[in-house]
Amino acid sequence: MLYGLMAYFDAPEKLLKAIGALKEAGYRRMEALTPNPVEGVERLLGGDGRIPWVAFALGVLGAGLALFLQVYTTLDYPHNAGGKPLLGWPAFIPVTFELTILTITVGIFLYLLYQNGLPLADHPAVRAPSYVRVLLDEYGLFVYASDPRFDPEATRALLESLGAEVEEVRRA
Amino acid sequence: MADKPHPDHDLIQGEWTEKTLVEKLLEPVEKPPPRPWRVVLAVGGLLTLVWLYAIFVTFVRGLGTWGINQPVAWGFDIVHFVWWIGIGHAGTLISAILVLMRQNWRDSLNRVTEAMTLFAVLAAATYPLIHMGRPQNFYWVMPYPTHMALWPQYKSPLSWDVLAIMTYLTISTLFLYLGLIPDLALLRERSQGWRRKLYGWLSLGWTGNAVHWQRYRAVYVLLAGLATPVVISVHSVVSMDFAYGLVPGWHLTVFPPFFAAGAIYSGFAMALTLIIPLRKWYRLEGVITERHLDWMAKVTLASGLGVAYIYLLEIFIAWYSGEPYEWGQQLWRMTGPYAPYYWAMMLINVVLLQTLWFPRFRKNLTWLFIFSILANVGMWLERFVIVVISLSKDFLPGNAHLYYPTWVDWALYLGTIGFFLFGLALFIRIFPPIAVAEMVHLFHKLRKH
Repeated sequence: MLYGLMAYFDAPEKLLKAIGALKEAGYRRMEALTPNPVEGVERLLGGDGRIPWVAFALGVLGAGLALFLQVYTTLDYPHNAGGKPLLGWPAFIPVTFELTILTITVGIFLYLLYQNGLPLADHPAVRAPSYVRVLLDEYGLFVYASDPRFDPEATRALLESLGAEVEEVRRA
Repeated sequence: MADKPHPDHDLIQGEWTEKTLVEKLLEPVEKPPPRPWRVVLAVGGLLTLVWLYAIFVTFVRGLGTWGINQPVAWGFDIVHFVWWIGIGHAGTLISAILVLMRQNWRDSLNRVTEAMTLFAVLAAATYPLIHMGRPQNFYWVMPYPTHMALWPQYKSPLSWDVLAIMTYLTISTLFLYLGLIPDLALLRERSQGWRRKLYGWLSLGWTGNAVHWQRYRAVYVLLAGLATPVVISVHSVVSMDFAYGLVPGWHLTVFPPFFAAGAIYSGFAMALTLIIPLRKWYRLEGVITERHLDWMAKVTLASGLGVAYIYLLEIFIAWYSGEPYEWGQQLWRMTGPYAPYYWAMMLINVVLLQTLWFPRFRKNLTWLFIFSILANVGMWLERFVIVVISLSKDFLPGNAHLYYPTWVDWALYLGTIGFFLFGLALFIRIFPPIAVAEMVHLFHKLRKH
């Protein structure tokens, strides 16, 4: 069974051009696989502008939990330390700060995994015979055979005309 | 674009292609290790066993086996806790602050220093645990509803410390792991059998999807931004464990910046101690260049000058405060039975530090290596001065008591050094000590644009 076609480009600019050309030709089901972040890919394949907002919300949550923890435990077990006010808020700053950071760190890491669909047990593109090249120095574009516009011959010709070296990816 | 070389073009020296560069960077993991690696692993492993034995003795026979007494209730354990936490700081500083400042030279150094942070913080965290006397009750520091209706006291710096260290350990571990993921995927594709399985599991199935990369990068920079204030806060919170107390020599508002500067100083010194031999043993001169080491020496100098300034400020404030106990403590340090420790600290951290102003000394790797070890001896002495000497003489002459560490104290100290070396040696055998994906990216930036 044919999973799709894997195209290898030797420069990120060629990859971006190819994604644009395929989108124009009506292709929808494709994935770019690159050894490092490629600027401009988010305009073509969609990025995620929500990350800073998610982090902000997590920060508000963390700060709220930390303040609640400190105020609640202080009122539940009132203890006169050095004659200072019971809810002397400056003493609450360090814990609030640390728990805010802790909540954002753990939360945003889990959010990243969730959004990226990780952990991932298997992926058709990884079956490409020389897949490792896209982790080293080449820029890969995987076009799914399930794409309505996909045609083994025509798609391969289109990718090759864009300067790619193309491999078929089949179920072993 | 191609005519003018990149200003940082000499950060990667030698003739490389992406493939040969990757081969080189993965050598520590994929090729048999050099002989010194085996020596470090063996010595580290043996000392780790000594460490475990000393912990066993502490648990079975109690804290009486240590040299702590009244009034020196904080001895080597707290000296070494502070020492190790400080050493961790360079990793976070290199990985977080230098990302935000877009410093290209961090790419060769961040992985190994982040690993250094991880093992240093783990070593540090054991000291307060075993110092509790009843370590089985360690969870009492956490807020949980008990039948005694007690809660931790959140106005106490000791409670802050627990959360600061936990946050620090979590964020440095996640940062290290996040940076490793693309490299683990590369190792997965390059290995067979059980190694492929191991790296496959650890890489979480990273494929290199360009959209994933966008989110990854956003989160990486965000975590760097969050880790930056944490670096400054952790040692500041540690310093408040002291500054909140009324002990002469501790009760100073300058303590948070004093500790933060000392942490960065000792961390960079330890990073130099590790990186200079690593570079030689694995022949990494092409990617960890003399420019990298020069920059590290400059950061060491800058933070060390902060420390030296506060040493002098402490003397001035002790006199200027007009407090007989503060000034008495200062004289006790300078002329009392511990005076040799105090003056050795001043010699290293104030006098010898000045050699780093001169390029001739900074470029001399033998001196840089020797100084990096001396600087950590100096920082050890500083913590000894702060913790032990301050406690040994407080307000009442009758309270004064000197501190004599026992063999258990020494074994616990040497043991954590062994654990640190053992952990790092294993780490660089399993994970690449230089961030491969970031170096290849840097290589692209320097050569292609």
